[in-house]
Amino acid sequence: MIEVRDIYKTYGDIEAVRGVDFTVHAGEIFGFLGPNGAGKTTMINILCTLIKPTSGFASLAGHNVVTDAEKVRSSIGIVFQDPSLDERLTAHENLEFHGMIYGVPKVDRRGRISNVLKMVELWDRRNDIVKTFSGGMKRRLEIARGLMHNPRVLFLDEPTLGLDPQTRNRIWEYIRDLRQRENITIFLTTHYMDEAENCDRIAIIDNGKIISLDTPAKLKSMVGGDVITLSTSDNKVAIEEIKKSHSIEALEQDSKIVLEVPDGEGFLAKLVHSISVSIDSISLRRPTLDDVFLKLTGRKMREETMGALDSFKAHVRRRR
Amino acid sequence: MNNLRAIYSIWLRDLIRYRRDKYRLISSLAQPALFLFVFGNGLARGLAIDIQRTGGGSESYVSFIFPGIIGMTLLFTSVFTAVSIVWDREFGFLKEVMVAPISRWSIAVGKALGGSTVALIQGVIVLLLAPFLGLQLSFLTLFALIPLMYLISISLTSMGIVIAVKMETMEGFQMVLNFLVMPIFVLSGAMFPLSNLPGWLHFLTRINPLSYGVDALRGLMLGPSVAEFSLGFDVAILSVFAVIMMFFAVFLFNRS
Ligand SMILES: Nc1ncnc2c1ncn2[C@@H]1O[C@H](COP(=O)(O)OP(=O)(O)O)[C@@H](O)[C@H]1O
Ligand SMILES: [Mg+2]
Repeated sequence: MIEVRDIYKTYGDIEAVRGVDFTVHAGEIFGFLGPNGAGKTTMINILCTLIKPTSGFASLAGHNVVTDAEKVRSSIGIVFQDPSLDERLTAHENLEFHGMIYGVPKVDRRGRISNVLKMVELWDRRNDIVKTFSGGMKRRLEIARGLMHNPRVLFLDEPTLGLDPQTRNRIWEYIRDLRQRENITIFLTTHYMDEAENCDRIAIIDNGKIISLDTPAKLKSMVGGDVITLSTSDNKVAIEEIKKSHSIEALEQDSKIVLEVPDGEGFLAKLVHSISVSIDSISLRRPTLDDVFLKLTGRKMREETMGALDSFKAHVRRRR
Repeated sequence: MNNLRAIYSIWLRDLIRYRRDKYRLISSLAQPALFLFVFGNGLARGLAIDIQRTGGGSESYVSFIFPGIIGMTLLFTSVFTAVSIVWDREFGFLKEVMVAPISRWSIAVGKALGGSTVALIQGVIVLLLAPFLGLQLSFLTLFALIPLMYLISISLTSMGIVIAVKMETMEGFQMVLNFLVMPIFVLSGAMFPLSNLPGWLHFLTRINPLSYGVDALRGLMLGPSVAEFSLGFDVAILSVFAVIMMFFAVFLFNRS
């Protein structure tokens, strides 16, 4: 459904996307996971014809995104990362406008609008001016709008950023249901790990490059089993001791020691005995995509994703 | 078909936004009324100005500037509505329109029609002041004024779109206002006759589209003897200008 071959995009001397290749199959939920500035939005903008790549080839539903832009646009729906509503119109008018420019037949428009508005729980507020909405409500309305015209490929750029868990779950239910009914292809970017788990396949992207691409389960199996996190009175000493007695390379993150072992439960007791300094806390969990990112890049993703720029954007969105 | 519907929805959106903007409705009346009162009464009485008709006789200053004030209303409304494209870009709404499966030209055309319709409505509101100034307009004159006002509006709105597409930020708007919109207004003959101007100023009034608009409005409202050119000539110039601007607007939208 989507073919991307060796795409580059440079802004002046910033290389936003540096040679990306991937294929998204029809009916798949495909995710881009990566920290802020990784190039996720740039890639989406290229695929939905808003910007042209510096070099490389991309096609969607068989249409070249550069030379056949209008055909591509008739196959897609998109929920942008940044706000894109007309704040002087009501919720209903925004959707009505969208339905009209996307060619949703008049007979279907009413039903679709009420369906999506009910899904995001804005039905009661349908005749209110969008300006009076909170940031979360605006986001929900944008998602409702993106889903309204049943596109063949739906792009979601950080769709649930700043939304509460219940709303996120409800939106995911709707997306999965939509996929089942209409067999649409979904391409999303996110930095919520649990959200990424909803994807059939995930591309982990960092600094404009895909560093890994697989199913969530396979990606997690790259991490050697379970993850143990502990903090001690002297982490340096503890890491040395772990290396000596178990030949495991532990990493230090946020003044906590993180290590991966095949069988976490069995290993805990042995680990505690092998450390001479006092242990303040210890925990064991299944690996998450966070751990995968850490393993691949040596950096943590979360602290970067909610960096200054993002919280600023979230703030701006709330304010408007 | 899709493009026609897109044009209609973009047009409709501008009208809905206009209807909701009470402030704009009030100021659309307040500003022309102020101009008519201050210049038409204060200035004219203070300096005892009357305007000589070419065939002899004279015209009161208030009725002389009334068509000019209508031209001013059309100018400002057209440009403001067109420049809202810059706002749409800033607030992200333009992206929503740009990724829709519609041709870019239909966005430009929808916007031009929307802006000019709003301008026409504003112009008609100001026109309603005519009886209070002692100006008698026949039904036939009114009938001819509407399409003329629309023609003026669409040419100015298209010009506004050309500016808006080229304009990167909202700050640029102040520049446009000072260096384009104000000169167009001042040098259109809206407030004073354009004869007797020094050569270079005279040249500027000649390349000013609003000069022909105001001239045509004046000719229709006050009689051909007050106008500089024939109505046909004015309309022809305005039409050519409208087509060129429309073409440019569509071209720039297609490219962006
Ligand atoms: N219009 C632009 N001009 C200059 N640099 C840009 C522009 N858009 C994005 N970038 C840069 O490209 C990089 C990737 O940005 P983006 O695709 O938005 O990342 P993400 O969506 O993954 O957070 C960043 O370094 C960003 O600063
Ligand atoms: Mg982004």
